[in-house]
Amino acid sequence: MTPTLQLFLIISTALFSIGLLAALSRRHAIFILIGIELMLAAANLNFIAFWRFSPEPPQPTGVLVAIFSIAIAAAEAAVGLALVIAIYRHYHTTSVDKLDQLKG
Amino acid sequence: MSSWIVTNLWLIPAVPLGASFIILSLANSRRRTAAALAIIGQIVAFVFAITAFLPTLYLPGFRAIHNFTWFTFGDQALRIGWVLDPLGAALMVMITLVGLCIFVFSIGYMAGDKNFSRFFSYLSFFSGAMVGVVIANSLLLLFVSWELVGLASYLLIGFWIERPSAAAAAKKAFITTRIGDLGFFLGMLWLYHNSGTLLFYDQGRGCLENAGLLAIGASATFIALLIFCGAVGKSGQFPLHVWLPDAMEGPTPVSALIHAATMVAAGVFLVARVYPLFSLGAVNGVTTSLTVVVSVGVVTALMASLIALAQFDIKRILAYSTVSQLGLMMVSLGVGGVAAGIMHLIAHGFFKALLFLGAGSVIHGLHHEQDIRKMGGLRWIMPVTFLTYAIGMMNLSGVPFFFSGGWTKEEVLHATGHWPVSRLPYYLVLAGVILTALYMTRQIIYVFFGSARNTDFQSVRPAEFHSAEASTTTENISVGRTGHRPVFHAHESPRVMTMPLTVLALCSILFVLVLTPAWPWFQAYLNGEPARVDFTSLIQPMLFFSLALVAGGIGLGWLIYRRIPDPLARARPGLFRFLENKMWVDEFYEQTVITFSRILARLADWLDRYFWDGLVRLFAGIGQALGVLSKGFDDHGINAGVDETMSGTRGFGRLIAAAHSGQIQTYLGAIAIGMLLLLVLYAWLG
Repeated sequence: MTPTLQLFLIISTALFSIGLLAALSRRHAIFILIGIELMLAAANLNFIAFWRFSPEPPQPTGVLVAIFSIAIAAAEAAVGLALVIAIYRHYHTTSVDKLDQLKG
Repeated sequence: MSSWIVTNLWLIPAVPLGASFIILSLANSRRRTAAALAIIGQIVAFVFAITAFLPTLYLPGFRAIHNFTWFTFGDQALRIGWVLDPLGAALMVMITLVGLCIFVFSIGYMAGDKNFSRFFSYLSFFSGAMVGVVIANSLLLLFVSWELVGLASYLLIGFWIERPSAAAAAKKAFITTRIGDLGFFLGMLWLYHNSGTLLFYDQGRGCLENAGLLAIGASATFIALLIFCGAVGKSGQFPLHVWLPDAMEGPTPVSALIHAATMVAAGVFLVARVYPLFSLGAVNGVTTSLTVVVSVGVVTALMASLIALAQFDIKRILAYSTVSQLGLMMVSLGVGGVAAGIMHLIAHGFFKALLFLGAGSVIHGLHHEQDIRKMGGLRWIMPVTFLTYAIGMMNLSGVPFFFSGGWTKEEVLHATGHWPVSRLPYYLVLAGVILTALYMTRQIIYVFFGSARNTDFQSVRPAEFHSAEASTTTENISVGRTGHRPVFHAHESPRVMTMPLTVLALCSILFVLVLTPAWPWFQAYLNGEPARVDFTSLIQPMLFFSLALVAGGIGLGWLIYRRIPDPLARARPGLFRFLENKMWVDEFYEQTVITFSRILARLADWLDRYFWDGLVRLFAGIGQALGVLSKGFDDHGINAGVDETMSGTRGFGRLIAAAHSGQIQTYLGAIAIGMLLLLVLYAWLG
C-alpha cells in the first residue's frame, strides 16, 4: 500500500481529534497539556505531509517549519507546565473545573 | 438793601426748613435744643420778612422779581423765581409772626410730650413751606411749596399717631386736599400749554402779564376754575371742607397754625395771586370763574356757621368758624375786593391763632377736656386766657372800633354789597355775620361764664397726654364755685403760653390802626395806591347797619345761651341733630363717593381675582397640560424606547456573561465547534 497524502491527512486528523478530545474531556491540567501536544503533533504531521507531497520536495521548508514548531511546542509545554505548577501551588489543585476565576 | 433781599428771598423759607432738618437729625431727647433751634429759625425768618417788607413800603405798587433757570430740558428752559410785592410781603410778615407766637406757645403746650423735638421740626417745616408758597414767582414753585404744606399738615394732624382717629384725620386731610390739587395740577399744565411759561411776572412775558394773558385767551375761565379746585381743597371750601374739622385731631398749636397762618390761607392766597387769570375778560368786574368763587364762598360761609352753632367741641366750633371765614374771604375775592379779602385773611390769621391758642390754653388748663358742656366759669380761673379769648371773639364776631376783624369784615361786606350781579350774596353773608356772633357768644358763655359744671377733670385721660401731667403742679386752683364741692382743679396756663396770647391780642388790636376807612393805608398798600386820610368816611350807614347786626347777634346769643343745656337743641332737636352731625356731609360722602369708590375697588378686585387671574390661570393651565403631555411622551415614548434598548442590551449581556463560565474547557470546546463550523462552511461553499 503506497502511502498517499490522504492517508497522512486522515492520520493527522485522527491525531488532532484525539488531542482535542483529550483537551476537552480530561479534567487534569497535565492531560489537557498532553492533548494540546497531540494537536500540535498532528499539525506538524500535516506540515511534513504537505512538504513531502509538494511539487518541490528538495527544499526543506516543511522540515524547518516542523522543527520550529516542535521547538515552540517544547517552550510552550515548559510554560504550560510552569503555569500548572504555579496554579497548583496557589489553589492546591490541578482540576480545571475548580479554576473558574476568569468567568465573566 | 432791597435788591439784596429780593435776590435772597429764598432765605426766608430756607431758614425754618433748615432748622427743621437739623432738629430731625438731633436725638429726640434734645428737647431744649430743638425748641431753641425752631424758635431761632422762626425769629430769623421773621427778621428777614421784615427786611423784605420794608422796601415795599417806599413805592406804591412795588414789585421786585428774581428769576433764574432751574434746568434746561431740550430747548425748553424751566425757569423759577421769587417775587416780592405787597401781597407776599404782608403775608410773609403775618405768617412768621403768628408762627413765632405759636412756636412759643407750643413750648408750654407740648411740654412733656414724648415727641417734643419732632413736633418742633414739623412746625418749622410747615412754616417754611408756607413762606415758600407766598414768595413763589412760578406756579410750579408755588405748587411744590403747596404740596410741602400738605405734607406738613399730614404729619402734624397725625402727630399723635397712636390715636387711630388722628391717623384717619391726617389721611382724610391729605387725600381730600389732594383731590383739589389734581385740579390745580391740570390747570397748571393747561396754563403752561397755552402760555408757555409758569412764571407769574417776567418783565412782561409772565403768565399774569399782558402777553401771557393774551396767549391764554378764552381758556382762562377753565384754567382759573381748575386752579380754584386746589384752593377749594386747601382752604376747606364746600364741598371739600370735610377735612378741616377733622384736622382738630392734631395738637392745638397745629390747629392754630393750620387754621390761621398757614395751610388754609394758602388757598385764598393762591386765588389772590393768580387773580388776573380769574378776572381776565371781565365785564364790569364779573367773570364766570369769579361768580363760581362767590357761590362757593357764600355756600361755605353760611353752611359752616350753621354747623358751628351746634358743635360741642371747643376746637370744632373754631374749625367751622375758620371754614366760614374762609368762605367770606373767597366771597370778597370773587366780588372783586381782593385787598379786602387779603386784609381779612391777615386779620383772621392773628385773631384765629389767638382763639385757637386760647382754646389750647383752656384745654391745657382743664387737662385735655375739649367738651364745652363740661367747662364753664373759667373767667376767674384763667383771667389772661379769658381776656385774650374775648378779644379774639370780638374780632371774629366782627365788632369794629378796636378790633381789626371787625374792620376787615366791614370791607368785605362793603365789597360784597357792591357786586353788580346780585344782592343775594350780601344778604347771605350778613346772615353769616349774625350766626358768627351767635355761635361765638354761645361758645364763650359755655366756656367762661356760668358756674363750673360737674365732671372731675382729674379723671384719668388716655395716656398719650403726657403734657397734661408736666405742668399742673404749681398753679392749681381748687375750684369750688358752687360752694359745697371742690370738683376739679383748673389752672391758668404758664407764662410761656399766655405771652403769645397777649402778643396776638395786641397784634389784632394794633392792626386796626392801618385798616380803618379813616386811613386805609393797608388797603392802599395792597392795591398799590397812596393812602389818603379821610375821617369823614368813618361815618357810613353800612357801618352802623352791620354794627347793629353784630350787636343783635351777640345780644341774642347772650339771651339764648345763658340757659344750659342748649336751647336750640331743646326747641328744634331735629335741626340741631342735623347741624350737630355736620349736615350729614361726611355720611353723604360715605354713602356716595366712598361707597362708589369702594364698589369700584371691589369690582377691580373681582376683575383682578377672577378675570385677569383667570386668564393667567388659563394660560398657566395650558402650559401645565402641555407639560404633562410632554412628560407622558417622554416617559412612555422616548424613555420606554431607551429602556427597551437598555434592557435588551442587559439581557444579551447577561446571556453572553453566562457563557463566560470560567471553564477553560468550555472555551476550548467553543473554539473547536467554531473551527468545525468554519470547516463545514468552507466545504459547503466550495
